[in-house]
Amino acid sequence: MTSDTAPGATEQGSHIRDTSSSFGITPEQYMLPAAQQIRMLAPDGRLIPEEEQGTSPGHEYPIPEDDALLAAYEALVVGRRVNDQNYALVRQGRLAVYPSSHGQEACQVGAALALGDADWMFPTYRDTVATISRGVDPLEVMVSFRGDWHCGYDPLQYKISAMSTPLTTQLLHAVGVAHAAKLRGEDTVVLAMCGDGATSEGDFHEALNFAAVFEVPVVFFVQNNGYAISVPLSHQTAAPSLAHKAIGYGMAGEQVDGNDMVAVLATLRRAVDLARKNSMPLLLEAITYRMQAHTNADDDSRYRESDEVEQWKQRDPLQRMRTFLTDRGVLDENAETRISGKAEEVAAALRLAMTTEPAMDPLEIFDHVYSAPTAQLREQRAQLADELARNQEG
Amino acid sequence: MATTTTMPAAAETATAAKPTTFAAALNTAMSDAMEREASVCVFGEDVGTLGGVFRITDGLTQRFGKGRCFDTPLAESGIAGMAMGMAMNGMRPVIEMQFDAFAYPALEQIFSHVAKTANRSRGRVRLPMVIRIPYGGGVGGVEHHCDSSEAYYAHTPGLKIYTPATVTDAYLMLREAIDSPDPVVFFEPKKLYWTKESVDLSALRTQYESAAENSSAPAAGVGAEGGAVVVREGTDVSFISYGPSVSTALKAAAAAAEDGISAEVLDLRSIVPFDDAALAATVAKTGRAIVIAEAQGFVSVASEIVARIQERSFHSLSSPVKRVTGFDIPYPSPKLEEHHLPSVDRILDALDELQWED
Ligand SMILES: Cc1ncc(C[n+]2csc(CCOP(=O)(O)OP(=O)(O)O)c2C)c(N)n1
Ligand SMILES: [Mg+2]
Repeated sequence: MTSDTAPGATEQGSHIRDTSSSFGITPEQYMLPAAQQIRMLAPDGRLIPEEEQGTSPGHEYPIPEDDALLAAYEALVVGRRVNDQNYALVRQGRLAVYPSSHGQEACQVGAALALGDADWMFPTYRDTVATISRGVDPLEVMVSFRGDWHCGYDPLQYKISAMSTPLTTQLLHAVGVAHAAKLRGEDTVVLAMCGDGATSEGDFHEALNFAAVFEVPVVFFVQNNGYAISVPLSHQTAAPSLAHKAIGYGMAGEQVDGNDMVAVLATLRRAVDLARKNSMPLLLEAITYRMQAHTNADDDSRYRESDEVEQWKQRDPLQRMRTFLTDRGVLDENAETRISGKAEEVAAALRLAMTTEPAMDPLEIFDHVYSAPTAQLREQRAQLADELARNQEG
Repeated sequence: MATTTTMPAAAETATAAKPTTFAAALNTAMSDAMEREASVCVFGEDVGTLGGVFRITDGLTQRFGKGRCFDTPLAESGIAGMAMGMAMNGMRPVIEMQFDAFAYPALEQIFSHVAKTANRSRGRVRLPMVIRIPYGGGVGGVEHHCDSSEAYYAHTPGLKIYTPATVTDAYLMLREAIDSPDPVVFFEPKKLYWTKESVDLSALRTQYESAAENSSAPAAGVGAEGGAVVVREGTDVSFISYGPSVSTALKAAAAAAEDGISAEVLDLRSIVPFDDAALAATVAKTGRAIVIAEAQGFVSVASEIVARIQERSFHSLSSPVKRVTGFDIPYPSPKLEEHHLPSVDRILDALDELQWED
């Protein structure tokens, strides 16, 4: 325990001045978002020349190695298959609800692949594919969406918190995990995820402010998919972009094309790397689009035109990456067959699992509320056990 | 359950006992826990250099450094949420809410996450954290500074709710709260901060630490059962109380004795877990009960206690159970608070109504 580490900035803004001067640029140049979204692949999958990628001088965004790109493509294909399989399972009544990330898979995959094993991820309800891409068994992730009372997977084993539903509350937990690691002298980076609408919540503000004041390595990753259920981003904020919000906290913010797998992975990797090296937070806004309704319970025809959705199909992250990797000679027919075979296996396992009734012990709902059940919970457990026994007899 | 008189008896007679404030007991409990366990850290608003607006964290930053006791930006949700993240990652945070009513911005974090994470994760993620809240009135405080907010928290499964009424308990119960694997909301009656008892804190430390090491029983007697304590024995009526109202209940019991009525006083110590066994035992003994609490009475902890007596001890009762609580109003101004708070006179009036003619 390095108990002498002062958790607060000694001199206001000194950290950001030091960091920017290490890049040879001013704090303003460092903090202000790139003039436009960082984009490496054009919508047709062609690699954009470096000087047109939207990055600023002094900032390096190396294109990930071919192995990493192929792994990302595989996760994209599997993620898309999981999204579509779950969508179908909801329609068949096998799943209670599923907030799909169809169209946002590049963000989902990037979030998982940019982190190291000792790092942490704090996902929302929409980030199923991110948790799967980090290694959680899809069947474990789906436990809560099928109507069980717990989150399914072990958050400590995977270093992924339970997917959070109350908007942006999880961002503060992310700051706490990073702060605890920092106090122990560990260099854990925490990726904290939220949506565009969620940036209006108070905890978003508190989390960014705490992270900046305590100088902890948290990467705030905002998937701007245009809508919060029905409400477009223009009703959430008058800021020029969500990336701009970082500036007020003394934090760097930038934007990336969230449907460009290469750019998402490159910018997230750089953000994670900077956060780790400098022990400081960053905000990354990914511009993407929610291709389906908010959840199965939502009717998106009430608030958006189908033309809009059609236009975003032209920027599909999967097709773009496929073209790029094929042209680059990284993806051939063999790899394509292997990857789609794997996606089908995952989908088949999901179908099978969701058609089997889960084994649930109703009495377990009392067991974890406290480390040792109170007298009241023991009584209530006995009451339910008795009711269940009588139901079985009757 | 403990139904003996004030614990621990040893501290009363120890040679090194000296007048000690409730505040000093809390402060020593934190520094002893920090000394023993590097994962214990303390934070909140003004708790660092200043030592807290009530000075409860006085000297902790100076002694343990800014990594262990520090000020945060002004944001209660942030304090609670960050504490939860730290508890997820190996720390035992003890956070201070500056006043009862200023903890409300943290309620979403506390209700939706701190209370539920263990359950949501099927027991895999436990949150050993303490949320300290100075609460209650009787100190001439203005609006937002005197709320008795315990019922809001007690209504939320997953939280433990402790509230000490003595200097000895201030030390022992805070130590147990910090060691608890479950999140504890620790309500400190602010009117008791500067009261003194003759206590030997180093003897308490030894007592607590050897109990924690050598026994599976909870070291301050709360554990999963609640650990209510009979602080005055009696035979005719039971005064059920907790936190700031225990001293009022004791004064009322002394006054009742002059009228020839023997009142037993039960200090609940913890609201969650709740000590049903101790409650039933005292009611079985006396057959009458008055529940005394500062908080407004409607849908309150006092209501719950009355309901439990009715459900579990109906056949022991010789009269209806009464409540003496605050009125159902926003906390009144300093000049009027004496009319709001449970008083000895009001308790004696309630006592008169307990159908003694039977
Ligand atoms: C505190 C809180 N308020 C309201 C909701 C209900 N709700 C769930 S998702 C959502 C929209 C969030 O939109 P956004 O942050 O853009 O994320 P997206 O769903 O688009 O991924 C709302 C209002 C909630 N979950 N939590
Ligand atoms: Mg959105």
